[in-house]
Amino acid sequence: MLFTNARLIDPETGSDSLGWLRVENGVITARGSASDMPQDTGTTIDCHGKCLAPGIVDLGVKVCEPGERHKESYASAGRAAAAGGVTTMITRPDTTPAIDTPEALEFVARRAQADAPVNVLHMAALTKAREGREMAEIGFLMDAGAVAFTDCDHVTANTKVLTRALSYAKSLGALVLLHPQEPGLSTGAVATSGKFASLYGLPAVSPMAERMGLDRDITMIEMTGVRAHFDQITTARALPALERAKRNGLDVTAGVSIHHLTLNEMDVAGYRTFFKVKPPLRAEDDRLAVVAALRDGLIDVISSMHTPQDEESKRLPFEEAASGAVALETLLPAALRLVHSGDLSLPGLFAALSLNPAKRLGLTAGRLVPGAPADLVLFDPDAPLVLDRAKLQSKSKNTPFDGARLQGKVLATYVGGTCVYGEL
Amino acid sequence: MTFTQRHLLGIEPLHPTEITTILDLADDYVRLNRQPQKHGDALAGLTQINMFFENSTRTQASFELAGQRLGADVMNMAMQASSIKKGETLIDTALTLNAMHPDLLVVRHPHSGAVDLLAQKVNCAVLNAGDGKHEHPTQALLDALTIRRAKGRLHRLNIAICGDIAHSRVARSNIILLGKMENRVRLVGPPTLLPAGIGEFGVEVYDDMREGLKDVDVVMMLRLQRERMDGGFIPSEREYYHRYGLDAEKLSHAKPDAIVMHPGPMNRGVEIDGEIADDINRSVIQEQVEMGVAVRMAAMDLLARNLRAARETREVMA
Repeated sequence: MLFTNARLIDPETGSDSLGWLRVENGVITARGSASDMPQDTGTTIDCHGKCLAPGIVDLGVKVCEPGERHKESYASAGRAAAAGGVTTMITRPDTTPAIDTPEALEFVARRAQADAPVNVLHMAALTKAREGREMAEIGFLMDAGAVAFTDCDHVTANTKVLTRALSYAKSLGALVLLHPQEPGLSTGAVATSGKFASLYGLPAVSPMAERMGLDRDITMIEMTGVRAHFDQITTARALPALERAKRNGLDVTAGVSIHHLTLNEMDVAGYRTFFKVKPPLRAEDDRLAVVAALRDGLIDVISSMHTPQDEESKRLPFEEAASGAVALETLLPAALRLVHSGDLSLPGLFAALSLNPAKRLGLTAGRLVPGAPADLVLFDPDAPLVLDRAKLQSKSKNTPFDGARLQGKVLATYVGGTCVYGEL
Repeated sequence: MTFTQRHLLGIEPLHPTEITTILDLADDYVRLNRQPQKHGDALAGLTQINMFFENSTRTQASFELAGQRLGADVMNMAMQASSIKKGETLIDTALTLNAMHPDLLVVRHPHSGAVDLLAQKVNCAVLNAGDGKHEHPTQALLDALTIRRAKGRLHRLNIAICGDIAHSRVARSNIILLGKMENRVRLVGPPTLLPAGIGEFGVEVYDDMREGLKDVDVVMMLRLQRERMDGGFIPSEREYYHRYGLDAEKLSHAKPDAIVMHPGPMNRGVEIDGEIADDINRSVIQEQVEMGVAVRMAAMDLLARNLRAARETREVMA
């Protein structure tokens, strides 16, 4: 299989140039520039100058199996991922019940294998039932295939429990995802404190709660030496602490959700619950600082934080409504806003979407080099798109981008060389 | 006369001329209410439902009386005791009520924005009787009417709002209304009871009450909720009274003719000294209650006019 006339977006070398790419047996075997196009006899796909990039590795997707399959199943999430150019989903364990035993992990792995057309890897809970009291069976869970451990948005307040879990995880070489948030301050909050939340009368948390949580967690990472990734860094005041931790040689990386990169607290105006996410959307200054940190490489990963919620859990007064937004399909078009605004280059964007998360998880995906899996997304970065939430593949339609004018469209998605979305 | 609103969800959507329209009409209703024959017919034939998802005696009574005086059929629903407990969502409750063809829906809810949400789902006029920490528009309007009648104007006044501003929807609606009418608003309270981002509200902030009251025309006290007194927000009731309770000495820093207001119910000896509250030369607290009925009559009258006009337009179109 040969992709010709493709604008190859290579996050590893930072290059963005016309060329070709050969795929054999699901693996990339060769690539070259437009000048030395090979004469191939097999299947040829003319990309018509559109962008071909390593498929997105999405760290932190919630699929609602087990427990809330009416919100999202592996089949629907898989279709959504394929439509969004996501070739590897890393699922979160915050299901009902939580994925905290090897048996539960085997169940979701089997479901994913049967129903999802894209690669699926699973994270498991760090503590039993994500309650922060006893550590989960980290060793067994790793044997069953868990690629990382996290309690998601449940922050373990008990530092004794957490340091033990982190030490234990360290001894097994496990990667731990942490949610930097001071749990005392953030209890009950649904907005970021400031003029906006005060005018709307919403319970709010200071953005400093993120830095307090981050400082605490960094200290524990230093104590235990564990490999850690912060799921979402969303505030300007947290960035210096992250920068120091990296400079001091701790094995840490950080991510941010697409929503915190492209929306701010004002979007909640009119109590729009589809904009209720966790942590809450921040001030515009914070958003700009986080975009800059992403550009500078301080923040490594962009993820969808895909969180399906049905209409019943969103059509409620803001304080009572569920948090989270679906984003598998809107991740790339929304992220391209940062390219169109001149904040990021296309290779820079795909470093955060594909290469960096793959590297952090020790995957060979995320690259356009011989030997890497042919997990690819073909997209038109300029095609206009008015998003219609009814057309999303996800069972839940809780997107904040309904009716939004976006620029960028996925044309086709390949997983291991097989086309899972698109007509090319 | 201008009033184009379909609902009264807050002060924020109102234009200053609309505020003036409500207050002018309310002045007429004050006169009506002082006559032995108190009946008007502005709401004759209309159905008013009061839905209170949060306890209220005064506001609910005021709305009920306002509706009855103008000839509406008034029904009170104590929502705390009813369907909410059975797990019905707010929207389902709204749709159920909507099917009974009410014309005016008066709603109080413990969560900010809940009344806005409900208003999107019904085709009658909705009045916000207080939603969470967001707005309480009729309270701000009755305060404005009280000030206008006592001071002869509602602009270029120095007004201090004192106490628990962070948790008060009354304070928010008043800050917005008084700002729209071009007054200078001061907020006085301990930092734990001031909302975040207060510096951007276009107000002056004082944590010293004597400084905050210096030369003001109006002193507006707020109720301190019992549950805030337990050491979480202030050290104790007595320390609060010492530093922020309105007594004669603190009031002496205000203008000699400054009026004292309180939305009620009062905690005597916590946020206000009993003697000040009862001083007929300074306190307008009883007038506030009287103005409340008149302002609610005016607001419902104006909304009913718009509702009838909209329905006629629809019939003509059909």
